[in-house]
Amino acid sequence: MKALQIIQSAYRCTVEEQDDPVVWFAQVLQNNGGEIDILLKGNAVNYVIAGQDSSGLKFGKWQQNQPAKLDLDLTDCLKNGLGIYIISEDAQDRGIPTDKIIAGIKTVSRKELPALFEEYEQVWHW
Amino acid sequence: MAKYFLIESRSPFDSAEVTHNYQLASDLANAGHEVTLFLVENGVFVTRSQASVHSFNNLEKVALLVDDFSLRERGIELSEVRSEIKPANLGLVVDAMAEGQKVMWL
Amino acid sequence: MSKKTLTFLLMDAPFEQARVTTAFRLIEDALEKGHDVNVFTYEGGVSLSFTEQKPHPNAVHGRSVVEEEHPLPKDWIAFIQEKAKEKGCNFNWINCGLCLDERGVNDAIVGCERGGPADFLVWAKNSTSTLVIGTK
Repeated sequence: MKALQIIQSAYRCTVEEQDDPVVWFAQVLQNNGGEIDILLKGNAVNYVIAGQDSSGLKFGKWQQNQPAKLDLDLTDCLKNGLGIYIISEDAQDRGIPTDKIIAGIKTVSRKELPALFEEYEQVWHW
Repeated sequence: MAKYFLIESRSPFDSAEVTHNYQLASDLANAGHEVTLFLVENGVFVTRSQASVHSFNNLEKVALLVDDFSLRERGIELSEVRSEIKPANLGLVVDAMAEGQKVMWL
Repeated sequence: MSKKTLTFLLMDAPFEQARVTTAFRLIEDALEKGHDVNVFTYEGGVSLSFTEQKPHPNAVHGRSVVEEEHPLPKDWIAFIQEKAKEKGCNFNWINCGLCLDERGVNDAIVGCERGGPADFLVWAKNSTSTLVIGTK
């Protein structure tokens, strides 16, 4: 069953979870036999930027030792066979520099979304 | 061609993404699919004919429905609702799912 | 309408977003129509079935606990479980286990089980339709 995961909400709980929960969920689905791709839209297009760094947080004696590494997580997704798309207009609107985007990301314009959706049995908008 | 049943629970007053969601509905319809856009919760704030929402004007090919409970909850009378938007029962979402439509909560 | 299997994924915690109420309205309607329903909860949604939810009075309105009849999602689930039995429908509820652990809400009402995304995938593959209701 091919299912497209549309992720729009970004950095909502990535410090507390040390992951994006939907990217994580997609990886588990893939590992369990799903045919999963991801479409990043809105602020979530920023997930493809190399070099994101949320390390160094401390609260009293607590220190975060496993901060989220969203760019590396997406690279792992790509290695595991998940396709990852970003909406080109959302990236442009946010001034995302193309030379900072991790390798392997596909861009799709909003006008191309109907055709993209038709490639999937299920489209889940998170 | 496919059938898409899209649910929108926010309005452009909440997020600029909603404007893009309306565009998605329009693009799917222009691609030849049968598209329903079902407004629920605060998504119904665009339904007043006096509401200032220009991004809602490009949806001629989309069936526009609004949750009657959400309207009543917000004191929006049917006489205030734009004529192209029809009040509907939330159960239509379940019917769309049972029919196997591609149902997405935007 | 013939009986179908519909799957929902809920992500919102109780008392935070109207999406929870709308989701319950959908589930109620699906069972009313005789469909089998699966609910998988993720992230904040796992708290919906927590047994320790307690009602409270409402001093602003001058209502006692009894008078206030404060809704609790765990009770909504229980009533919906009863409805499913009466209608002869299958109603399954799985909470994401890791999400339960990190929130400390492992005590779920009877009939709400612990599981993981793999359970959701099995359901999705065997359902007529699956609706993800994500947190915004």
